[in-house]
Amino acid sequence: MATIYVDGTPHEVEEGQNLLQACLSLGYDLPYFCWHPALHSVGACRQCAVKQFKDERDARGRIVMACMTPVADGIRISIDDPEAREFRKSVIEWLMTNHPHDCPICDEGGSCHLQDMTVMTGHAHRRFRYKKRTYRNQCLGPFLNHEMNRCIQCYRCVRFYRDYAGGRDFDVLGSRNRVYFGRHEDGVLENEFSGNLAEICPTGVFTDKTLKKHYTRKWDLQWSPSICPHCAVGCNVSPGERYGSLRCVVNRYNDAVNGYVLCDRGRFGYEYVNSEKRIRGPLARGAGENAVEAVSKGTALERIRPWISEPERVVGIGSPRASLESNFALRALVGPERFVAGMSDPELRLARRAVSILRDGPAAPPSVAEIEACDAVVVLGEDLTNSAPRLALAVRQAVRRQPTEKAARFKIPAWDAAAVAYCCQNEKGPLLVATPAPDRLDDAATWTRRAAPDDVARLGFAIAHAVCSASPAPDAMSEADRSLAEEVARALKDAKRPAVLTGVSCGSEDVLRAAANLAWALRAEGKDARLSIALPECNSMGLALMDGGSLDQAIEAVENGSAQTLVVLENDLFRRMEKTKAERLLESAQHAIAIDCVENPTTARAEIVLPAAALYEASGTVVNNEGRAQRFDRCYVAEDNIQDGWRWLIDAMSAARRSEAKDWTSLDDVRAAMTEALPALAGVAQLRVEGGKIPRQPHRYSGRTAMRAHIDMSEPTPPEDADSPLAFSMEGYSGAEPPALQPFFWSPGWNSPSAVNKHQREIGGALRGGSPGIRLIEAAPSEKIVWFEEIPQAFSRRPDEWLLVPLSRIFGGEELSVLSPAVAERVAAACIAMNPKDAEALGLKAGDEAEIRLGGTEPIRQPLADMKELPEGVAGWPSGLPGVEWVEMLSWIGRKGTD
Amino acid sequence: MLTEEEKTEIEEHLAALPVRRSGCIDALNVVQRHRRWVSDESVRDIAAFLGMTPDEVDSVATFYSLIFRRPVGRHAILLCDSASCWIMGQENLLDLLEKRLGIGLGQTTEDDRFTLLSVACLGACDRAPALMIDDDLYGPVGAETLDGILERYE
Repeated sequence: MATIYVDGTPHEVEEGQNLLQACLSLGYDLPYFCWHPALHSVGACRQCAVKQFKDERDARGRIVMACMTPVADGIRISIDDPEAREFRKSVIEWLMTNHPHDCPICDEGGSCHLQDMTVMTGHAHRRFRYKKRTYRNQCLGPFLNHEMNRCIQCYRCVRFYRDYAGGRDFDVLGSRNRVYFGRHEDGVLENEFSGNLAEICPTGVFTDKTLKKHYTRKWDLQWSPSICPHCAVGCNVSPGERYGSLRCVVNRYNDAVNGYVLCDRGRFGYEYVNSEKRIRGPLARGAGENAVEAVSKGTALERIRPWISEPERVVGIGSPRASLESNFALRALVGPERFVAGMSDPELRLARRAVSILRDGPAAPPSVAEIEACDAVVVLGEDLTNSAPRLALAVRQAVRRQPTEKAARFKIPAWDAAAVAYCCQNEKGPLLVATPAPDRLDDAATWTRRAAPDDVARLGFAIAHAVCSASPAPDAMSEADRSLAEEVARALKDAKRPAVLTGVSCGSEDVLRAAANLAWALRAEGKDARLSIALPECNSMGLALMDGGSLDQAIEAVENGSAQTLVVLENDLFRRMEKTKAERLLESAQHAIAIDCVENPTTARAEIVLPAAALYEASGTVVNNEGRAQRFDRCYVAEDNIQDGWRWLIDAMSAARRSEAKDWTSLDDVRAAMTEALPALAGVAQLRVEGGKIPRQPHRYSGRTAMRAHIDMSEPTPPEDADSPLAFSMEGYSGAEPPALQPFFWSPGWNSPSAVNKHQREIGGALRGGSPGIRLIEAAPSEKIVWFEEIPQAFSRRPDEWLLVPLSRIFGGEELSVLSPAVAERVAAACIAMNPKDAEALGLKAGDEAEIRLGGTEPIRQPLADMKELPEGVAGWPSGLPGVEWVEMLSWIGRKGTD
Repeated sequence: MLTEEEKTEIEEHLAALPVRRSGCIDALNVVQRHRRWVSDESVRDIAAFLGMTPDEVDSVATFYSLIFRRPVGRHAILLCDSASCWIMGQENLLDLLEKRLGIGLGQTTEDDRFTLLSVACLGACDRAPALMIDDDLYGPVGAETLDGILERYE
């Protein structure tokens, strides 16, 4: 600890940081631009100038940049010094010479760091009377709007996009006072994290293009604390609503999960909530024909009442994209024996395997922040950028951070970004990416290995054995693989905090076992090794922790006649089984009830469809990859008869006079029953605050009394929220909310996303109330490691057959986000990918239509794409993409014309 | 497409460099020497040749005012506009050039013979006002010497 004096006041602060960070952590308002807690200091903008004094007697002092000055014991500075104030004011005045005065029509207005800093410095009068520099803007694709005239040349964008996120199709162009941040030519920004520029840019150069289409100022939006529903990382987000439609999603800081950054699927996938495909009221499908009629809630419940009065005649299919509470309510409706987790047999087996590996083994799942702090990483079998994007970005940070340990030896502080970069040049930390298909992380990797899942697993086992000889060794490894394994093992053993990341998307349990052995081998060698397993959906981990069976059990119950009624909760069965099988299941059930938020092939075949709230309109809990249970609270009450899945199920039980849910009136009741019934979820706690409810609307929310005046002159009473300590109001609780309940970040003088500074214990660290979420999975404390001994045989290709490996796709591969028009624009073409040699042997070339047969089913036609790196004998299948039929992972497909 | 000659010349530079992208400026110079300027297409070609993205190459190309990203005439006149030259009559010299050539700064004569550009400093304060045509430095340049100089360039 060091004592620093700020304007004469002594403060104890942590050493090793710079003065800007220290002053902000202490709560001082010191303006800055080029610095960012995730990007650190370059000292470019000169905005954070303060006076530094030699000692107590020095009255003159000298101006220094706070962001470039290390904290040192006894250092004396002044923020308030008139010269320092004048300096900072003139820096803004100079930046403003070219900045347009277009705040009223700028989307950043009201959440603009430049506005805040300008007000903070007191520059209020413009003396500059000349022409401003102007630029031509670029079309950067569906996500971001570009308005270069507003640029203040802080370089944050290019430092984020290139250095932090690894993008290479964006750069700084020109020089002097004609600096330009953009692309070589107009075109889509390819990086999967481009949307963060809207928050990283301190002004309105990059703004959310999807928000622009239904623009509302930050202060006029109603916000809530929510969780991104588009993958299993569980990034914390704040959705913003106005007039009953969702307008945007912004980052909600959680130092342990997303930090400052979201992926583009999470940020721009929200428009599914406003989609035409939303189910807005109960629907009843007439017998024998396709006639669908909208019915009232009462009629719908009356129709289903007799079907569900006997639980033993009902089977319930839950969903890994629905909350724990909705799944639990379904489990109550049908009984634990007839509740299935909504995953196919292989999916559920993999998810359960992931849980047992993490819970019974010695390697705990890391938070995203912990992955960023790792110093050697092995990725086995998972294309993280496409399946769990935020984890891939964390791996990039780990790889970037590791060489900075060398900078520390030269006494270069970690926050001195330019000096660290100069010291480390192109050095990267050790990273192995072993996957079947080319991977977006390849450019950051020390080693890449393309192999079929079995061979990926074998390589993992080989590295594990090379790390710790107690871990079983695969036989008959090629010389190349053996030496690769040894090289990787050496790097892992040189590391202090190695991490192994894997996932279920390639469908191989062997890959999970290999990853487990490797992480455990590292633990056995005394390393603080972590093991992260990416699952596909926002609550896959939660469902794996529940006790439901697999879809096969539901199919059996329906087909053998023991169940007559099928209740499908927020789940499209056509994404989990072959089309014919799903059709048969829905037809075999005497009555099929679907509860969902959007139309899909399953709802299209259900007799009764109940409109579920989309995640942003709902309240509940989901569990992420890390085993972190995170609550989300509805942003607004959806119109019509839309309500939470769990509430429909309570209503159904009550209509059928069932006793299971008779005492359940709010989410807390469901939660309480759930944690009692399922000990694995016991940590899911209820949160309440004393002293009024937390307002979802900012203090400046305008038009409240008039926004419905065209319908009704009197202001309606805002809806009550019985399920949370939050109110649909501007008034209520004041003070520091628990972070898990914080709908938005705001602070006096801080209107932009930088307001989060004021809510953190230390800048860039945990929020004052801690990191939201409760970890449900901790590693087993036992020392004894039970190794996985079964090692698969090396992949051997079959003549005229190809092993299908799924190709995850960030845009289009997920069911809901693809309904957002902006995301839909980025969807890659459906294809089947093959090594060109295989294609040639088949007499096919890229673009040709391939006809694919899977044992006995109808052939599927799909255009062929060349993928040079794909191993021979393997074919890539972009599973989940629109127009791509479901096929079983790791099945073999046959040659055209054969079976 | 880069010509074989251009590729050979770039490779000669690369031989002395640790990584290919270090040769970016050299590659831009090679292309400019052959084609007078660097087109968007050339930026993409250089990028592909050096394993860079066009954005990265363009970032370098647009940083240097002497890499021309727009077509120039057969000869580029670089008129120094730094302080010494300005004191010694750069404004008169610019007037003279503009009248003689019938173009302003940044423009090219209709016969494609000259492009007139300003440059921050030629490092020739002792010969102010100075200008440079292609690789030749002239100064001090006045009304009496200008025509003779221009005549040398066809």
